[in-house]
Amino acid sequence: MTLELHVNGADRSADVDTRVTLLDALRDTFHLPGTKKGCDQGTCGACTAIVDGQRVLSCLTLAVTCAGRDVRTIEGLSEHGDLHPVQAAFLECDAFQCGFCTPGQILSAVCLLDEARAGVPSHVTRDVRQPVVAGALTDEEIRERMSGNLCRCGAYANIVTAVKHSLRSASSEARP
Amino acid sequence: MRPFTYADATSPADATLAAARQPTAMFLAGGTTLVDLMKIDVLRPDTLIDVGHLALGEIDVTDEEVRIGANVRNSQLAWHPAIRDRFPVLSEALLSGATTQLRNMATVAGNIMQRTRCPYFRDVHAACNRRQRGSGCDAIPGFNRGHAVLGTSESCIATHPSDMCVAMVILDAVVHTVKADETRRAIAFGDVHRAPGDTPDIETTLEHGELITHVVVPNHPITRRSHYLKVRDRASYEFALASAAVALDLDGRTIRSARVGVGGVATKPWRSIEAEKILEGQQAAEAAFQRAADAALAGAIGREHNRFKIALAKRTIVRALSVARDLPV
Repeated sequence: MTLELHVNGADRSADVDTRVTLLDALRDTFHLPGTKKGCDQGTCGACTAIVDGQRVLSCLTLAVTCAGRDVRTIEGLSEHGDLHPVQAAFLECDAFQCGFCTPGQILSAVCLLDEARAGVPSHVTRDVRQPVVAGALTDEEIRERMSGNLCRCGAYANIVTAVKHSLRSASSEARP
Repeated sequence: MRPFTYADATSPADATLAAARQPTAMFLAGGTTLVDLMKIDVLRPDTLIDVGHLALGEIDVTDEEVRIGANVRNSQLAWHPAIRDRFPVLSEALLSGATTQLRNMATVAGNIMQRTRCPYFRDVHAACNRRQRGSGCDAIPGFNRGHAVLGTSESCIATHPSDMCVAMVILDAVVHTVKADETRRAIAFGDVHRAPGDTPDIETTLEHGELITHVVVPNHPITRRSHYLKVRDRASYEFALASAAVALDLDGRTIRSARVGVGGVATKPWRSIEAEKILEGQQAAEAAFQRAADAALAGAIGREHNRFKIALAKRTIVRALSVARDLPV
């Protein structure tokens, strides 16, 4: 089938088999190998991509279902050569070892920031009826909200620190 | 993955008609169950009818009820202010399931229609009556630590994996569907899923090609004092060993009425009317909670590796009721 979608701001088009996942389309058809194939069964989060502003698993998304959608990958995160603040925080905090899960971790954290700004609760939020304050997210909250991204090197401690740094700088930027 | 034809449905009528024409067609929405099971050859549809783009993504709030479109994503529902305020148990149940990435994909209708996580169901080389009628059940004599103790049969002991459905069933939710002949049905949530009996392969009371359009959750004062408690092997991103969805209507310390559901231990989203009756008129204290929990698990049948779930589920119910009682409402 012919697939037309937007990837990192550009219109892309390709002929794809109905069985091709968004993950394989990104890597093999559009030559964007930053999105990683870890488990390929919806468990590890290495394939995390942002579709229409939401973090999703590209390995469980059929490419043909993404016609007309806006897809963002790790390759599209920096602007004019400047790293995204979350990318910079991961570097600053040494939030990775082998780096394989890192694109997924970073995209997930970028969306975590948006979700936190929107004040939405998580499983560990004490009272779902109360709004959540982004800058005040605890380590427990960050761990829960990042639990869809596994890191086999076990860089979790520094990943939490990097996300915390990103949250703080994001909330200080938001201040008038 | 086996080859299949893909059709992007333009309306519910278009989707149901396409399904009626094709006995092995399946509806695709979020894909978190279906694509996964197609990859491992457990599900083999030759046509996928994509209903994920249908305009069924609204949450409509009135004083009487909340109407939830079939395509509302699990995260969207969990995060909605009216759900968090009126039905904390539903928001909490949704947030306890999977991860943000999966909840952003999975739809409400898809959550209802999701398949069991039984490892024998997921392994095409194993005997599984649910996957292939009459082939046997490798779980009963096998590794059944995660399996059900309620609603089981000698054909199947697979656990219904949903958290959301356990909350929905105690909230008196109603599932609305449409068929190819334009017949519409409103099905009480507790009547959607079937206990396995002799035909575990027939999982719901929905017919082939019958499409869920929306779910209605009625507003009721009891639902504000509600809670979902999930017990599992990991702190996050794991299915329940036992869970409880409860709601209490209190007059001081006296229970006017109660709702009790259990998850992770049953073959379908499980509500215990027996437990609810025991709680009515009682003091909201551990003694009554314990009696209710005993009643909820009275019919449980433990197997070699999952007997612990009976005591665990009871404790989960008692704890959930205690938390609900102490909520500031």
